[in-house]
Amino acid sequence: MFMRGLKRKCFDGEEDIEGTLAGIKAIPSYNLQRQSLLDMSLVKLQLCHMLVEPNLCRSVLIANTVRQIQEEMTQDGTWQMINMQNTGQASVDRLVSTDILCRSSREQAEGKHVPGYSTFSKDFEGDQAQDSSETMSTASSVQALRNLQSNVWEMENSQENKGNFQKSLDQIFETLENKSPNSVEDLFSEVDNSYYDLDTMLTGMMSNTKMGHCDGLEPFPSPTTTTSSSNCKSDLNELDHIVEILVES
Amino acid sequence: MRRGIARAAAMQASPHCPANVPQPSSEEVTSGADIISTVEFNHTGELLATGDKGGRVVIFQREPESKNEPYSQGEYNVYSTFQSHEPEFDYLKSLEIEEKINKIKWLPQQNAAHSLLSTNDKTIKLWKITERDKRPEGYNLKDEEGKLKDLSTVTSLQVPVLKPMDLMVEVTPRRIFANGHTYHVNSISVNSDCETYMSADDLRINLWHLAITDRSFNIVDIKPANMEDLTEVITASEFHPHHCNLFVYSSSKGSLRLCDMRASALCDKHSKLYEEPEDPSNRSFFSEIISSVSDVKFSHSGRYMLTRDYLTVKVWDLNMETKPVETYQVHDYLRSKLCSLYENDCIFDKFECAWNGSDSVIMTGAYNNFFRMFDRNTKRDVTLEASRESSKPRAILKPRRVCVGGKRRKDDISVDSLDFTKKILHTAWHPTENIIAIAATNNLYIFQDKVNSEMH
Repeated sequence: MFMRGLKRKCFDGEEDIEGTLAGIKAIPSYNLQRQSLLDMSLVKLQLCHMLVEPNLCRSVLIANTVRQIQEEMTQDGTWQMINMQNTGQASVDRLVSTDILCRSSREQAEGKHVPGYSTFSKDFEGDQAQDSSETMSTASSVQALRNLQSNVWEMENSQENKGNFQKSLDQIFETLENKSPNSVEDLFSEVDNSYYDLDTMLTGMMSNTKMGHCDGLEPFPSPTTTTSSSNCKSDLNELDHIVEILVES
Repeated sequence: MRRGIARAAAMQASPHCPANVPQPSSEEVTSGADIISTVEFNHTGELLATGDKGGRVVIFQREPESKNEPYSQGEYNVYSTFQSHEPEFDYLKSLEIEEKINKIKWLPQQNAAHSLLSTNDKTIKLWKITERDKRPEGYNLKDEEGKLKDLSTVTSLQVPVLKPMDLMVEVTPRRIFANGHTYHVNSISVNSDCETYMSADDLRINLWHLAITDRSFNIVDIKPANMEDLTEVITASEFHPHHCNLFVYSSSKGSLRLCDMRASALCDKHSKLYEEPEDPSNRSFFSEIISSVSDVKFSHSGRYMLTRDYLTVKVWDLNMETKPVETYQVHDYLRSKLCSLYENDCIFDKFECAWNGSDSVIMTGAYNNFFRMFDRNTKRDVTLEASRESSKPRAILKPRRVCVGGKRRKDDISVDSLDFTKKILHTAWHPTENIIAIAATNNLYIFQDKVNSEMH
């Protein structure tokens, strides 16, 4: 499905990973899981079939999930920076409650998360540098998300927001790009194209500078760049045609 | 429970085939337009309406029971088919408006005609269904084909008489309630006063009078001033079956709000808020999504409400706001799969729920063409499948089981082999009898409970 490593963790809830050393090593990858869930959600928010208005309920639920993740990531980042002061206790609760993405902490069995926590904190401190960059990219994606949200939902003022959206879309993809090259490749290497044409869309986005021409004409990029540029061209032609008529009259 | 559905007479129907002809076992060609998007019995259960993605409505009528053919008693056959909505294009937003029928609701019958409301994302229409089984014959000025007669051939006058003809069902649009909604309409509900109805979209609920199409009253508005602050949407709503001033609406955060229209014109302030506190041990990133209520239905008694969220159905007592009185697990084995269900968007599927006529059994759909029934009194539940193989006419439905590892019995299905493309989102229960209608993608299954003493 998405990431090979992720898939195992998602499906095989029965695997007893906490009790083993290998399991303890897996806990820091919670960050990676969370990050990829965040990225998946951001992509979902954009990859709506824009022929029909996107499902608002779905968009709101995804956006709330993104917000939740980002809040947690920001808090974890600041928690780490202020060296576990009062928030220490609260962090434990947060850690327990969102420990594994797919299953409840109740299933983790009692007591196991405590040793996991102390190990986690050590690894967490070790990842300080990475996390601070994650926090920064989180902040920019929060901003991008806000722009994106208002664009997704304010379909009435679509004309203005299309321009804004282009900027926020770029910001989002900058965020994705800023991650380490390995993780980006991992992120997209196992993508099942039947769900989203990520590869095509992203390579199209990066390389197709013509997207700039479509600014203000198309709210969302279509998965295949050829369609989008042809749509732009036909829209441009229509616009010319209309201007011609106006001028002549 | 098992006995209740044991004597099921299964019948399949689709808009393209006559209802009582067994389906050939050729390969299925699922064209998108045939996907059934709503199912609704009328108040007597004599008529069953289905709407599909292509904007069509098909109405089935129950054949009167006859002593001559005991096995064909009460079967549903196609009564009428009509195109309710067409695809539209919103030029202002450059977006298509789908013709898919989101909901159908029957009006209580007040004369010989039947009426129903059908809605797509934006426009609600009132349709009148009438029968014509006689036609006038013996005109003086026109002949049988309607051509004018040569007057010189008319020697005497006759009075036209009504002669019986083949039954013709005519469907006419009587009202079109347009331009009431900016967002997508997800529910309509006819009030018990039979004069008004409400329509709900993601952010607003409007009250209409059935006879007035150019005006509607906004009774709920949860749109924030700044759309960036939007975190909750309306997912379903319904009028109370007896109290014409009460209605309920559900939200994407899992709460229900009971509103009283007598309290104020704009019912943004709820009279009662029904919300179950989150279970902290079960919390995950998906907690909010799976708590989103996809359907809410009052019981026939009006005392309870039934809600469906992604993994459970819950019965709420109107008098108790703190938690539901009953919770039933529909497919808890999916709890560990939420990550991948989020990925493939299945987590956003909106399942409906239904009460039986006596409010003792509740029913809802699931994946793999399974549907579930819960007996509130005996606390027993059953999983059944709506599929061609297991539903030969007059076959007995066999209960199914999903195994989650551990001991696996024969005929059990493992969680990983469930087909998530086969989802039963729409189900309906006859208002008084044990007859259920199940929409499985583009097939409609009607199951009847026939307790026949010979077959014991």
